[in-house]
Amino acid sequence: MYSVSSVGKNSVIPSLFIRPFRLRLSCLFVCFVGTLLVFAPTGCLQRETAVERGNRDQTLHRGMGPEVADLDPHLATTANDYTVLSALFEGLVGEHPETLAPVPGVATRWELSADNLTYTFHLRPDAKWSNGDPVTSRDFLASWQRVLTPSLAADNAYLLYIVQNAEAFHKGDLADFSQVGVSAPDAHTVRITLEHPASYFLSLLQHWVWWPVHLATLEKHGSPYTRGNRWARPDTFVGNGPFILKDWRTGQHIDVVKSPTYWDAATVRLNAIRFHPIEDLNAEERAFRSGQLHLTEALPVAKVDAYRSSSPGLLRIDPYLGTYYYTFNTNRPFINEPKVRRALALAVDRTGIAEKILRGGQTPAHAFTPPGTAGYSPVAYLPTDFDEARRLLAEAGYPDGKGAPILEILLNTSDNHRIIAEAIQATWRKEIGLEIRLLNMEGKSVLAARRSGDFQILRSSWIGDYNDPSTFLHVWTADSGNNHSGWSRPDYDQLLFQAARTDNTEARHALFQQAEALLVADAPFIPLYTYTHVFLKHPSVQGWHPNLLDHHPYKHVWLE
Amino acid sequence: MLRFIARRLLETIPVLFIIVTATFFMVRFVPGGPFDSEKATTPEIRANLEAYYGLNLPLHQQYTNYLKAVVLDGDLGRSTKYASRTVNEIIADKLPASLQLGGLSLLIALVLGLSAGVLAAVKRNTKIDYLASSFAMTGICIPTFVLGPILVLVFAIHLGWFSASGWYSWQDRILPSLTLGIVYAAGIARLTRGGMLEVLNLDYIRTARAKGASESRIIFKHALRGGLLPVVSYLGPAIAGILTGSFVIETIFQIPGLGREFVNSAFNRDYTLVLGTVILYAVLIIALNLIVDVVQVWLNPKLKFE
Repeated sequence: MYSVSSVGKNSVIPSLFIRPFRLRLSCLFVCFVGTLLVFAPTGCLQRETAVERGNRDQTLHRGMGPEVADLDPHLATTANDYTVLSALFEGLVGEHPETLAPVPGVATRWELSADNLTYTFHLRPDAKWSNGDPVTSRDFLASWQRVLTPSLAADNAYLLYIVQNAEAFHKGDLADFSQVGVSAPDAHTVRITLEHPASYFLSLLQHWVWWPVHLATLEKHGSPYTRGNRWARPDTFVGNGPFILKDWRTGQHIDVVKSPTYWDAATVRLNAIRFHPIEDLNAEERAFRSGQLHLTEALPVAKVDAYRSSSPGLLRIDPYLGTYYYTFNTNRPFINEPKVRRALALAVDRTGIAEKILRGGQTPAHAFTPPGTAGYSPVAYLPTDFDEARRLLAEAGYPDGKGAPILEILLNTSDNHRIIAEAIQATWRKEIGLEIRLLNMEGKSVLAARRSGDFQILRSSWIGDYNDPSTFLHVWTADSGNNHSGWSRPDYDQLLFQAARTDNTEARHALFQQAEALLVADAPFIPLYTYTHVFLKHPSVQGWHPNLLDHHPYKHVWLE
Repeated sequence: MLRFIARRLLETIPVLFIIVTATFFMVRFVPGGPFDSEKATTPEIRANLEAYYGLNLPLHQQYTNYLKAVVLDGDLGRSTKYASRTVNEIIADKLPASLQLGGLSLLIALVLGLSAGVLAAVKRNTKIDYLASSFAMTGICIPTFVLGPILVLVFAIHLGWFSASGWYSWQDRILPSLTLGIVYAAGIARLTRGGMLEVLNLDYIRTARAKGASESRIIFKHALRGGLLPVVSYLGPAIAGILTGSFVIETIFQIPGLGREFVNSAFNRDYTLVLGTVILYAVLIIALNLIVDVVQVWLNPKLKFE
């Protein structure tokens, strides 16, 4: 009996019959490979890229990070919502493309009363909605009433609290909106009365939550005062910005085209913008490289060096209004002692972190407010000083870290966060003898732990809402929802209260500096670095100026 | 057979019920909620949001409300992340891309995997076999998140034949489907080879040869049917994997599919969207497994619809 295994190979028949079989298989294979090789070139061999086509017809392709949740400016919450919304809407004041200084928007001019409390805006008569209706003062009032209506639950409603009685109305303590400090003496005048003088008010107005919506349109698609209104879709969208919404395919693109009804349409040079929601930074970088994008939202840290050396012309490193820091939970033993916190804050190699780890032009942070925020720079300065750190720790009763508990740094999952925390862990162990554990958690779990105060040291970051030191320093007041440290000081709060009511810029900055000095001395946080915005920009994009808020009014952008 | 299918369909009701219930409570017990964000919302805003989404009600009431809406109206609820979209709308919007991607990948997996597997089995211990087997081994070893970017690098960036990302034209379908397909093709190739080798050694194949059947007839008519059995049972979970596992591919190639929503909804604690996608995937997987079972009986005369 011959072996079974030999049947297939050595049988007498195969040589005759294997041919058709081989033919069929090879057919399959050839078909498959053929499909790939034949189809690919026919349709798309070295096609004109989206960027080349865009340059020809003035269509900007911009990567925008994660998908926007909604195009309703009153419900939008994130910076990438702004990326799209700023093309579709315009507020009372606009921004200068380089300095972000307030320039006429829907309002042609404005006045401030002698007591610095009341702003009067004069709207341009030729401002129009994309459906042709004029933009009037009533649109603004109705929009702000909408934002402040509790049932809408607008996340950014608190930014309107600077308006007299707005907070009371939003919290339901006041039912009559006419008592809120906004009024419309006529169709083209808007008057806003503030709770207290605020020299940054015009800068605050540039936040999208202040932009108007066309209420009549919203009413057609449900209640304007609850969520779930479907007006912000391509067919039903009405805006007042330089562009109008043409197409929105979630997860794919948002297309906006130049608006013919915009009052300043003559200035707008782009014909269209296509926003590409690409979450993955590496995918975005590949899309840029294959000519699909003019601008990326960001660039992976690992690729910064490669671009810096091979194509520095494409790499842009702009300043950005944000601080990366660690928050101490000052209710926990050991770190409830200011000396210990200060020792820990002194024993961090900020320069090393910025220059050796991040390598994206970030600057080491020595206080909380980024230097140069609306002309303000903190005088308080937290250096790197290991000797002083050791001395303070010994003074607090922990010489060389002896007797200190093991601390835990809580961070949300991300490679960058981890590398930085590991560097700090190593420094603390080596320089001041402290043992640190790193606790890595997924984003929302970290936020839950933060809410319940279930942490010792928390990785944090703060991005300014508007260009003014108050958006940073108010984080640390006793009643701030964003102060998770448990630290507060009445004199700090008092200084900020005073600063808010001080009109003279120098005097105001002096108060901020005093407050920040208190903050840095008590160190409820460890400042680590000031953000930069690292991204890729195709050389054809013109008018894209670096600025702190990463705002780029599209009407001043063109392709060449 | 109809009775078998009817019984299996009836069985899915309690299975789905358990899945929905378990998911409903599991997502609720995960720390963090839909309205936790980097910048804290005020307690008033949070309370209003919870009221709008009915999250202020007692949990058991939320559960019964949800079940009622799903069973009676097929309404999967409102997404907390996308303020003006319903879960039904999101699924209707995103599922087609995922199905297309899954379908094409499956096709590629089957064509590549089966031909490589059959070829390797028939040409056992020859260069062709080694080639096919190493293809299979490589395919199994290289994860999609490596293969995808490599294909993009070569075909999109250097050769410029395709777009690096997007889901517009038919060319955009090729690289993602290939990436996802190759991984499963590798598995299928190995299983086909093994199955075929086993079958080729059986008596009935020898009988077929003895009666003078052509080699191609032996392979395709006689051997393949038996040799495919392990592949078919692998296909059930594989299809499920292709459908739910498209997250990575959708991220790499920027495809507007449901896989990304499925994963991101969990990160966003978008409770209704998590539940909606879980229900959908559960139904798909149950249905596919049923089909696989039917096909298995059809292929294997030893099995019966019991």
